[in-house]
Amino acid sequence: MLRRVLGRLLTFLGVLGPGFITAMVDNDAGGIFTYSEAGARWGYVPLWTLIPITVLLIVNQEMCSRMGAVTGKGLSDLIREEFGLRTTVLVMLLLLAVNFTNIAANFAGIAGAMELLPVSRYVSVPLGALIVWLLVVKGTYQSVEKVFLAASGFYVAYIVSAVLVEPDWELALRSAVRPALVADRGYMAVMVGMVGTSVAPWMQFYLQAAIVEKGVDSTRYEDTRMEVILGCVLMSVVAFFIIVACAGAIWEGGPRPIESAAEAAEALRPLGPYAYALFAGGLLASSMFAASILPLSTAYTVCEGLGLESGVDHDFDEAPTFYGLYTALIALGAAVVLVPAFPIVPMILLSQVLNGILLPVVMIFVLRLVNRRDLMHRWTNGPLYNLIAWASVVLMLVLSAALVAFTLLPSAPEAGIPSLP
Amino acid sequence: MAMKRARTDSAKLVYLTELTGMRLISPNGARIGRVREAAVVPREHARRVARFLFGTGHTRFAIRWNQVLAFSDDGIQLSDEIFSPYYDNDGHLLLTKDLLDQQIIDVNGRKVVRVNDLALRVRSNGNEQLWIDEVGVGLQGAFRRLTEGLLPNRVIRQIQQRIPPNSIPWRACNIVEPDPQRRLRLRISHDRLESIHPADLADIVEELGSDEREALFETLDEGVAADTLEEVKPTVKASILHSLDPDRAADILEEMDPAEAAEALASLQRHAREDIVRDMEREPAGEVAQLLGLRDDTAGGMMGTRFFSFPEDWTVARAVARLGADDALVKRSTHAFLLDGSSRLSGALPLGRLATAGRDALLRRLTYRKTLSVPIDEPADDVIDLFDKYNLYALPVVDGDGRIHGVITADDVITYLKPAIERGL
Repeated sequence: MLRRVLGRLLTFLGVLGPGFITAMVDNDAGGIFTYSEAGARWGYVPLWTLIPITVLLIVNQEMCSRMGAVTGKGLSDLIREEFGLRTTVLVMLLLLAVNFTNIAANFAGIAGAMELLPVSRYVSVPLGALIVWLLVVKGTYQSVEKVFLAASGFYVAYIVSAVLVEPDWELALRSAVRPALVADRGYMAVMVGMVGTSVAPWMQFYLQAAIVEKGVDSTRYEDTRMEVILGCVLMSVVAFFIIVACAGAIWEGGPRPIESAAEAAEALRPLGPYAYALFAGGLLASSMFAASILPLSTAYTVCEGLGLESGVDHDFDEAPTFYGLYTALIALGAAVVLVPAFPIVPMILLSQVLNGILLPVVMIFVLRLVNRRDLMHRWTNGPLYNLIAWASVVLMLVLSAALVAFTLLPSAPEAGIPSLP
Repeated sequence: MAMKRARTDSAKLVYLTELTGMRLISPNGARIGRVREAAVVPREHARRVARFLFGTGHTRFAIRWNQVLAFSDDGIQLSDEIFSPYYDNDGHLLLTKDLLDQQIIDVNGRKVVRVNDLALRVRSNGNEQLWIDEVGVGLQGAFRRLTEGLLPNRVIRQIQQRIPPNSIPWRACNIVEPDPQRRLRLRISHDRLESIHPADLADIVEELGSDEREALFETLDEGVAADTLEEVKPTVKASILHSLDPDRAADILEEMDPAEAAEALASLQRHAREDIVRDMEREPAGEVAQLLGLRDDTAGGMMGTRFFSFPEDWTVARAVARLGADDALVKRSTHAFLLDGSSRLSGALPLGRLATAGRDALLRRLTYRKTLSVPIDEPADDVIDLFDKYNLYALPVVDGDGRIHGVITADDVITYLKPAIERGL
């Protein structure tokens, strides 16, 4: 009996990977700042969004991992085969633009983290870019991935801090299940920002490619499904504690927006004098993690969709577009952060807006693909599943429209979205 | 005759992106519609476009190839006005639906490519016909697809001259059709793939989707399938075996070195594994089952179980005759192993030495130094140290009685080390 349980656990750990990694990368610089802002400015009120966000995240990630396992093909491959080259190029261009802003946002995260120590961004960002580039080109990425994953343990600090700060747990839990809308632009922007940062389109392409790469097939899909769901839940748990820690440590002393990395680090104050270093280390690790995965995943997805050689198994001569794109994304993403007086805050704001707009578009493709019987055989969606998924598409479209409206309005929400120094 | 050839050489080129959208013109000059799709019927002709389809949505009409008079800049000139409704037909290869944007295998280039466009040539033989010529897989084809309908064809042709073409002759293209019925009706065979080196074929397989992989492994010759499966990376190996009918999987595994077969099976779930082993012939099945019990990181897990072993009192001539009977094994072997009177390992003989020794020499005389060997449970790390220290090519694995059970080759060591190298350790 014990051996059976143990064996089961081992198979489970064997497929542990894509779902967890995606969820961990999801909490990148943009995520940390958005949740911090939510807690510091609005306390426990925004917590209720986490449950619908988790459902949305699970639905999206589960469909993509299922498609990867059943078809053995990437999402851009499938879009190309079913919707043609022109549609694919359009989606790829959008993804390229959106992911580029996400990459830049994470280099901004590296800059913010290192400036706490304090190291100038003119040192930290080029160095970070070089390290990230070398990790993949020199083929050492996989061994470093574990270091990144281990660094994700940094989020435990938020849990500890959330306990030490003695927040109003009763209020927190009640807020988590009680939808609340505040007629305030800043609040709306934070809410939409939370969705945009949690369910990003790159994740769908990345997860599906990772599942294919891992060779998961439909017979071994159940464990993967569990892992993907667990990853999504874990991401939301982390988000919950970041918000509660910020609400307890900052908001209870008077609501205020987060305007710098130093202010976001306040949430870890109960942990003692090293809170700043801890926050800097955590932010650095998660930014580096995302800055490694995003350019790689983007170059891979685009080349795959266009039918060009891709992947780190090839060398530069075999896959010039892949490496060229990969290098350009890192170099430009880092360079953007170094432009003097470059508006970093609107940059991160923009990355979330674009995430939010592209997501329902990608979801529509995913939903049409996942329901094709010739492609998915008996693994298509059930009716209830489809209902939830299509409802989320509609909801996302409404939210995106709202976000675009907020962004385009002349008096944009003041500090609605996190900022860096 | 000469004139005719000249005409074929300069024959008009029509791209599929241009064909779809071409006007259909009736004998009295009326415009009937535009071509939406074209079909080849491989049962009748492998390259000639047999049907031109027009109409919208549910009601599509077909024009047969012999109703066409000529292709001109204005459109397709027809000889009559008889159109029949078109119904989906498994035996028709639809050029847009079945080929554009799909993966095909480039047999010459030995890789998987995606179809961007097709180039067809006009041939005159009584009437004008359209034959598939090449498949465009490069930027030029992509450019045509993206600008099709947005720019006039003339302009597209002018601009595209600046883009280097990248195309594959139609005869070097292999379509992978998952549906076995349709495969038969479309006359698609994977025979030509069998001439590709198994390691290259394995790379191709890794690029394909699950259904396509399954299709290949169902139709390839068992020997080729086995050689290819050995070269495929472990994660893909498992999903291929999962997808196959256990009976077919067993047939393929029987062709493999039992050690390789065991390794492939090791990553399957237990019931799937048992289904396959049950369908295997008794002899390899027993050996595979035994090997499955060995740990990966020991000599037993690394070794292969096919090797040459000869009694040491044989003559060179007799040994050479045995080598001749198993060419596949000769290709993979550097040494033969000698056995003493009680079948225990007594020496290792480099195969090259058989060529330099006299035909009547006894094998025993051809080895001098004491032969290295390791027990079955020797840790892999120690095995690797031995290879490194003594510059080995092959290392026999023996049990407590000194009986040889398998041989580890340098290739086995590389296979064992590769995952660690890829992880960057």
